[in-house]
Amino acid sequence: MDSVIETKQLTKTYRVGEVSVEALRGINLSVRMDEFLAIMGSSGSGKSTLMNLLGCLDQATSGDYFLDGINVNSLNGNEYADIRNQKIGFVFQVFNLLPRTSALENVELPLVYDRTGRIKDPRRSAVEALERVGLGDRQHHKPNQLSGGEQQRVAIARALVNRPAIILADEPTGNLDTKTSIDVLSVFQDLNDQGITVILVTHEQEIAVYAKRIVEMRDGTIRRDLPVLKRRNARQDLAKLGAEEK
Amino acid sequence: MRQLRNILKVSINSIMKNRTRSLLTSLGIIIGVCAVIVMVAIGEGSSAQIEKQIADLGANLIVVFPGHSRSGGVSRGAGSYNRFTMDDVEKLKQEATLIQWISPMVRSGGQIIGGGNNWSTEISGVSPEYLSIRDWSVASGEFFTDRDVIANRKVAVLGMTVAEELFPDQDPVGENVRIRNTPFKVIGVLAEKGQSGMGKDQDDIILAPSTTVLYRLKGGRYIDMIYASGISTELLDDAQEEMRVLLREAQRLNPGEDDTFNIRNQAEITEAVSEMSRTMTMLLGAIAGVSLIVGGIGIMNIMLVSVTERTREIGIRLSVGARSSDVLIQFLTEAIVLSLIGGIIGILLAILTCTVINSFTELYTLINPGIVILSFCFAGGVGVFFGYYPARKASALNPIDALRYE
Repeated sequence: MDSVIETKQLTKTYRVGEVSVEALRGINLSVRMDEFLAIMGSSGSGKSTLMNLLGCLDQATSGDYFLDGINVNSLNGNEYADIRNQKIGFVFQVFNLLPRTSALENVELPLVYDRTGRIKDPRRSAVEALERVGLGDRQHHKPNQLSGGEQQRVAIARALVNRPAIILADEPTGNLDTKTSIDVLSVFQDLNDQGITVILVTHEQEIAVYAKRIVEMRDGTIRRDLPVLKRRNARQDLAKLGAEEK
Repeated sequence: MRQLRNILKVSINSIMKNRTRSLLTSLGIIIGVCAVIVMVAIGEGSSAQIEKQIADLGANLIVVFPGHSRSGGVSRGAGSYNRFTMDDVEKLKQEATLIQWISPMVRSGGQIIGGGNNWSTEISGVSPEYLSIRDWSVASGEFFTDRDVIANRKVAVLGMTVAEELFPDQDPVGENVRIRNTPFKVIGVLAEKGQSGMGKDQDDIILAPSTTVLYRLKGGRYIDMIYASGISTELLDDAQEEMRVLLREAQRLNPGEDDTFNIRNQAEITEAVSEMSRTMTMLLGAIAGVSLIVGGIGIMNIMLVSVTERTREIGIRLSVGARSSDVLIQFLTEAIVLSLIGGIIGILLAILTCTVINSFTELYTLINPGIVILSFCFAGGVGVFFGYYPARKASALNPIDALRYE
């Protein structure tokens, strides 16, 4: 079995006072290694809830969730934190970098909480991660000295640094202009080509088409699960955009 | 271990990145620690000064002064029983075994004329032993002898202040002064003794033979006080008791009758004054301690604000795999480090303040190392105590809510 993610009848019910809201109603999802998955859906479709469950930020009401072979739903709070630390890399819409903190220190952050000691030289790993996203020369810049695209690259480097099983990106291009969005997507595509599983949550079709597979959600269920037939290549699109500008 | 070091580093970084906020947070602790140390230093300094001044009165001093008489239940106040005579002193001198020196004290006062100047001061009639009792010495000339006392000689020894007022440019020894129109020959000048614990100038005095003052200046037969010196500190209380018994005999008091005199020894006086200044010191320290607690509340306040302000940061840390205990430790460490930094700055500030007080004011301060350590530890305790609740609050945040917090 080469699934990195496997969910069985995953449900999530929020209780607000007397009212309970079923955000997820039995999700069966399997994601193989090396996949580039886009989860689509309008707001209220449950895609953010699914994302939180997949990212171990929240616990399912019922059902099973296997991440890299581990049944996550049976874990306690500390083990949850450790899973987030070792198996998952997050990229957020609003970057979520620590202010007044250099790019390098931001990237190093997950390693501060790594208890396994598997990464011997945190500083070097952080530098390597930054080089991998093309920011080797921006190590000591603070977030406010970086452009939006650069900040998101730093966030991606931070997601990479602990060598996770998956990278979860929640609307990573939501705050970026078109060109920068494609630029960031090219980073994801490169990483995916290098064998990293990427799950992207978006509500824009034109972003989703850079993935290999699209899962469309509505009302807490998966409505469609299809491979991307005409997949776009971010590098080529960037080159095209550049040519048009000239 | 590595984990703890990392979290410590995170806390220090966070403090260093918000220097102004950190300093303002610590300010309460800085002032609190500084206030406690300085207040206690002032208290202990003045009590040390007072104790030294009491010791200056003379070693093993016992003082007897008249009590008050009662007639039909009506107290007539201290001194109304003015009944010591030279005979009483003589009896004590002959019979007391635990007394080393004894001297009567006859007080008079008035205008002194000498060297073309005049000055108003106190004239104390004493015996030569008074010098030993008070641990005093003569700066120039000599002191009068028992023969002078027996012969009622009109000789006087001037205190330094009197000598300087009357004879500013010359040695008064051998000169004459007129005390209330009675001529006295100056035979010596006393060494400088300085101010007493109550701020009285002890050098503003003239000593003369007790008999001379009693018979020639004052008239009458009653002396005002008796000064004595016990043979040792250990036997001071016994010496006092012996004097009491002998004086009761001399005064012909029946058993059960109240003493007609008061008798105090130096240990008692020291004790009373020390007790008072200890209470004072504790009071000052306690008031300052309150400000330390207020400082702690300041830390709690800022930490609580900081938790809210840094909710997103906490969310980020949780999302990259920080355990809630990591966040707890981070915030607790920040609170403790802030308190301890405040403590250190407070201690330095207190040392500086005490140095300034010692060199520029008349107050004397004595820094108690115990209090320094205590207030430092207390600052740390304040950090733990007031840091725990905000830290707890931060660590209990749900990562999703924390990340979404605007």
